[in-house]
Amino acid sequence: MASYDTAKIDAILAKNEYAEANLLAILQDIQAAEGYLPRPALEHVAKSLGISIARIYSMATFYKAFSLKPRGKHICTVCMGTACHVRGAGRILDKIEENLKIKAGETTKDLLFTVERVNCVGACAMGPVVIMDGETIGNATANKINKVINDIKADSKKS
Amino acid sequence: MTEAKVNNAPMVEFIVDGKKCSAPRESSLLDFLLANGYDIPYLCHNPAVKPYGACRLCLVEVKNGRKTKLTTSCNYPILEGIEVFTNTEKVRRNRKMVMELLLARAPESKELRQMAKDRFGIDADKLPFEKNNGNKCILCGLCVRVCRELVGIEALSFAGRGEHKEAISPFHDVASTCIGCGACAVACPTNCIGLDQVITKRSLARWNRELPMKTCKRCGYAYAPMFQLEHFQNISSVPADFFDLCPDCRK
Repeated sequence: MASYDTAKIDAILAKNEYAEANLLAILQDIQAAEGYLPRPALEHVAKSLGISIARIYSMATFYKAFSLKPRGKHICTVCMGTACHVRGAGRILDKIEENLKIKAGETTKDLLFTVERVNCVGACAMGPVVIMDGETIGNATANKINKVINDIKADSKKS
Repeated sequence: MTEAKVNNAPMVEFIVDGKKCSAPRESSLLDFLLANGYDIPYLCHNPAVKPYGACRLCLVEVKNGRKTKLTTSCNYPILEGIEVFTNTEKVRRNRKMVMELLLARAPESKELRQMAKDRFGIDADKLPFEKNNGNKCILCGLCVRVCRELVGIEALSFAGRGEHKEAISPFHDVASTCIGCGACAVACPTNCIGLDQVITKRSLARWNRELPMKTCKRCGYAYAPMFQLEHFQNISSVPADFFDLCPDCRK
C-alpha cells in the first residue's frame, strides 16, 4: 500500500478542493485516470478527506460506471436489451466469451479486453449491437465481432 | 426530524382508527402509535436512529384531504387533520405480503420465521421459494445506521445496489475501523451479525472482525473491546487510567 503512487490522487483531490461533496467527481477522475478504482487509492482518499472508507466503498459499488477491478485496454460491451436479445445477442456474447476465455464482467489476464453486458444502448433498430471501445457496431454477428477482437489481438502482438 | 424541532413543534390534532389524538407536528407516526398501545409490526425501526422505511411492515392507511394512501408509518410525519387506519383489510393484506417478501429474502432467519408465524400465521416452510439461500439479512440498514449515526464510526455500509445490495464491511474485508462495540448486533432484528465472545476475544463474523478485550485490573473480567475504550478515550476527556477498571470496580 505504501508503494502506491499517491501523487496522482493528490492532484485529483486538489482539483476537487478536498471536498467531501465532490466525492463522486473524485471517484470519476480516478476511474478515468486509472481505468478502475484501486483500493489503495480509495483508502488514500478516505484518509485525506477524513471520511470513512465504508462510505466511499458504498458509493464506488453503487454506480455501474465504477469498477473496483482493473479493466482491459479495450472494452467490449454487448447489448442484451430485448430487441438485441431476440436477434441473438446471447449467442454473440457466448462466442465472444469463448474466444476470450472470460465471462461477461471479467477482464482477460493480459488486461487487453473487458467484456460487459448492458441492457439496451438505445440503438434497437440496428440490433444486435456491440460497442467496441465506444464505437457502435450494428447488425453484429459473432464472426464480425470476433474478427474485430482478433485484429486487435494481432495488432497488440505486433507492437 | 431532530428531537429539538419536535419538542418545539406545535401540537396538532388527528384521528387514529376513529379516535381523536394529538401529537407534536411532524413527529413520527409509528412512534406515536407504539407509545399509545397500537400493535404495529416493524423490524427496521429504532427510536435511537432516524426513520428509514426499509422493512415496510409498519404500513398504515392515511387519509390526508381527499386522498387515502398506504404508507409506512415510521417515516410519515404527523400532520393536522390526517386520519389514520391501522388495521384495515388492505393494511393487513399488504403487511402479510411484505412479510412473505421479507421471508423470501432472508428465509434463514429464525427471528423472521417466528414473527411470520406468530403475527401473520405464515408457515415459512410452505412458501414456494428456496429455503436455504444462506441469507438472514433483510437490508433494514439498522447496523449501518447505528454505526454511522450513534457510534459515529461508520465502519460498515451498504454496497452494491438492486439485487446485489448488501450490508457489508468495505471490500468484504476486515472492517478495520470497527471498535467492536456490538451496537450493530444489538440493533439487528434478524440476528445476522454473528457477535461472539470467547473469554478475551470478541468477534463479529459478518464484518470479519476480531478484537482483543480489555481485562479489568482488579477483578480480571474482560469487560470491553480495547478499540472501543480507545475510541471513548479519544472522544472524551477521562484520565488515561480511567479504563483500567471495569465499571463495577470503578464505583
